[in-house]
Amino acid sequence: MLKKIVLGLVLTCGASAALAEGPKMGGVINAVIQPEPPGLMMALVQNGPTQMVSGNIFEGLLRYSPKLEPLPGLAESWTVSEDAKVYTFKLKPGVTWHDGKPFTSADVLFSIDMLKQTHPRARNNTVQVEKIEAPDDLTVVFTLKQPFGPFLGIFEVGSMPIVSKHLYEGTDFKTNPYNNAPIGTGPFMFKEWQKGSFVRLVKNPNYHVKGKPYIDEIYWQIIPDAAARSVAYETGKVDVLPGGSVENFDVPRISKLKDTCVTGAGWEFFSPLAWMWLNNRAGPTADKKVRQAIMYAVDRNFAKDVIWNGLGKVATGPSASSIKFYTDDVPKYAYDPAKAKALLKEAGYNGEKIRLMPLPYGETWQRWGEAVKQNLQDVGLNIETVATDVPGSNQKIGDWDYDIAFTYLYQYGDPALGVGRNYITSQIVKGQQFNNVEGYSNPEIDKLFAEGAVATPDSKRKEIYEKAQKILVEDVPVAWMLELQFPTITRCKIKDLITTAIGVNDGFRDAWIDK
Amino acid sequence: MLSFVAQRVVKGAIVLLAIIVLNFFLIRLAPGDPAMVMAGEAGAGDKIFVTQLREKFGLDRPLPEQLFLYVKGILSFDLGFSFRQQAPVSKLIIDRLPATLLLTITAFVISLVFGILSGVFAARWAGTWADTAITVGALVFYATPLFWIALMAILLFSVALDWLPSFGYETVGANYTGLAHALDVGAHLIMPAMTIGLFFMATYARMTRASMLEVKRLDFVKTARAKGLSDNVIQRRHVLRNALLPVVTLAGVHSGTLIGGAVLTETVFAWPGIGRLMYEALLQRDYNLLLGVFVVCSAMVLIFNLVTDLVYRMVDPRIDFAA
Repeated sequence: MLKKIVLGLVLTCGASAALAEGPKMGGVINAVIQPEPPGLMMALVQNGPTQMVSGNIFEGLLRYSPKLEPLPGLAESWTVSEDAKVYTFKLKPGVTWHDGKPFTSADVLFSIDMLKQTHPRARNNTVQVEKIEAPDDLTVVFTLKQPFGPFLGIFEVGSMPIVSKHLYEGTDFKTNPYNNAPIGTGPFMFKEWQKGSFVRLVKNPNYHVKGKPYIDEIYWQIIPDAAARSVAYETGKVDVLPGGSVENFDVPRISKLKDTCVTGAGWEFFSPLAWMWLNNRAGPTADKKVRQAIMYAVDRNFAKDVIWNGLGKVATGPSASSIKFYTDDVPKYAYDPAKAKALLKEAGYNGEKIRLMPLPYGETWQRWGEAVKQNLQDVGLNIETVATDVPGSNQKIGDWDYDIAFTYLYQYGDPALGVGRNYITSQIVKGQQFNNVEGYSNPEIDKLFAEGAVATPDSKRKEIYEKAQKILVEDVPVAWMLELQFPTITRCKIKDLITTAIGVNDGFRDAWIDK
Repeated sequence: MLSFVAQRVVKGAIVLLAIIVLNFFLIRLAPGDPAMVMAGEAGAGDKIFVTQLREKFGLDRPLPEQLFLYVKGILSFDLGFSFRQQAPVSKLIIDRLPATLLLTITAFVISLVFGILSGVFAARWAGTWADTAITVGALVFYATPLFWIALMAILLFSVALDWLPSFGYETVGANYTGLAHALDVGAHLIMPAMTIGLFFMATYARMTRASMLEVKRLDFVKTARAKGLSDNVIQRRHVLRNALLPVVTLAGVHSGTLIGGAVLTETVFAWPGIGRLMYEALLQRDYNLLLGVFVVCSAMVLIFNLVTDLVYRMVDPRIDFAA
């Protein structure tokens, strides 16, 4: 009996201690945002900083776990018909906009209609949707023309932000006054934006997840210089440095500061993959053997260990290892200069000049360009570096005016959303920068990606995409380099900042400060 | 004097128009346009998006038509709409102008006052250790790049000593008012203003010193001395006044350059002024915003030059406006 009482006491005390260690209410988080967002209305502006700030204000129907499993968002449940063509979402009851008006299925229908006009990715993602219906205020039914494998993966807040019908219907979207003072359903409300200085968000007291958010305010501080951002963290003026805020060579130093925590989590959905575009149309890189030689010539482990300070992972092919249907059962290209030289000899390369364009995204990328240039020169390629700024780089890549050019792109969790676009023939469109810029065309690949998007079940899709990966890696349409990792640096007292696959872009609804 | 000012205003307007036309074409020579930049930022590789943006911004129209519409807008004081910031250019500039004026005027005043004072001091005691110290110091600040001074100042005064804030215009979230706010802004202003000011201070110190030493040797100074005037009166009324003419000329030219210095300094110190606005507009090929900032800066340079000419007259009454 006594034993039971003691055990009971121990358990009770333990439970109380656990409760006491739970999330604490209150506090302010100062985070860095760079560059300054051009606007905060997510349906109109889709750049990274806008998503990072406004992911607190707006919400999507779904959220995603780090393993890319769908989680409830504005939709609390969903069902898929047996033929995989009808998706029914049940919306969460009791959700209100920041102005107090109720959120209903009419808002979802309106949002998708609006996004088709203003949001290029949403427009592409919904191309298989035949109709959308709202049988009642809390139900939305999507009927597809044919099964679309990644459909449940297109509803995160950045890909499909839900906007308020009552504020936008019948207005000129671009000049709507709420663009400057956005109204969403999210855990934080827009309060103030001092251009050039900061954006201030405050807690939504009527948030639909009871008890959340925990913190009172977020200040997104706009600091344009990377070194100044490091100092702002060091001097305690900011508490959160989202991925990419500081130069990579500064990360190890800042990581060692007192009470500093670093995580690479929160990029699973985006899975940024870096590669070099190789112009498949003309010049030496039009020859498959030269492209393969480039893969053997570049020391990607050096890039990972030295230039990226050990962050990231050497890429094995067109898919990042964190997205669906990835396989590493593909031809391998280890660092082998001798093999590269032999391939160049076989290809009959005779020293023609090859232009290399690094990505003008700061010091890390410049250094990477230099290292690759050295690697390529070591195997006998005649490399000339082309320097330009971001608009210049976009223009040259879009106009196919390059031989080798660095880039990195997001993969959005599924090969049908973020991989196929770079390799299928229909995506060879001049003047664009994120499609099949290299000009690779292979009818078999076109067929596989077309089938992979609509095949069911997933085991069939897996088979198709694995085959596609093998063919692509053999053909080397581009030179895959690294799966990038942009570490988020925070004070250790900030807990649960990153809980989903889109990291800080999903808002700070779960974050709390351990005082 | 009035006709002189009127003449300068008319000439200034013509120069301004030439600047607009030249810059309109120059910035379009750079590769890339705002539609490509915005498509890039949105991660959008679809043609509809870029085409929509070009139509929206009027970038699909012939260049002469775009120029005509822009100049027409300028004549009615409409600087156009910022593509990326989605706001009228004039509003963006007006919002940021006070911060830049505060920064540049503070830097200008610091550099003029301390530059001239140290120049006078060095000339007065030429050849002494004080003169050598001032000359060497001026040379160092003259030769050191602005961004390096800025970063070293941040390391010393923010990171090591924790005396001054490293970025921004004010302490975000502190909500100071009145004197506390003024002191807070002042603390934020010191490093950026000194960063810009040091270079110019060095220039004025060197110029004042050299000019004073030259004037000192002229005959009228000997005459003044022969008349029995005290050394202080000679230095102040005869030497300094004449020696200041080249300094005033230089300061007039620099008043425009200060904005250029502000571009870098505002970026390093996250100072929310038009220098940073210009830098960001350039990187984003935000044509209207960039041109708008050029127009305002050019107008300011023209105004400063006019003021310089008027100050000339005050410093040296022998200068005739009619001439």
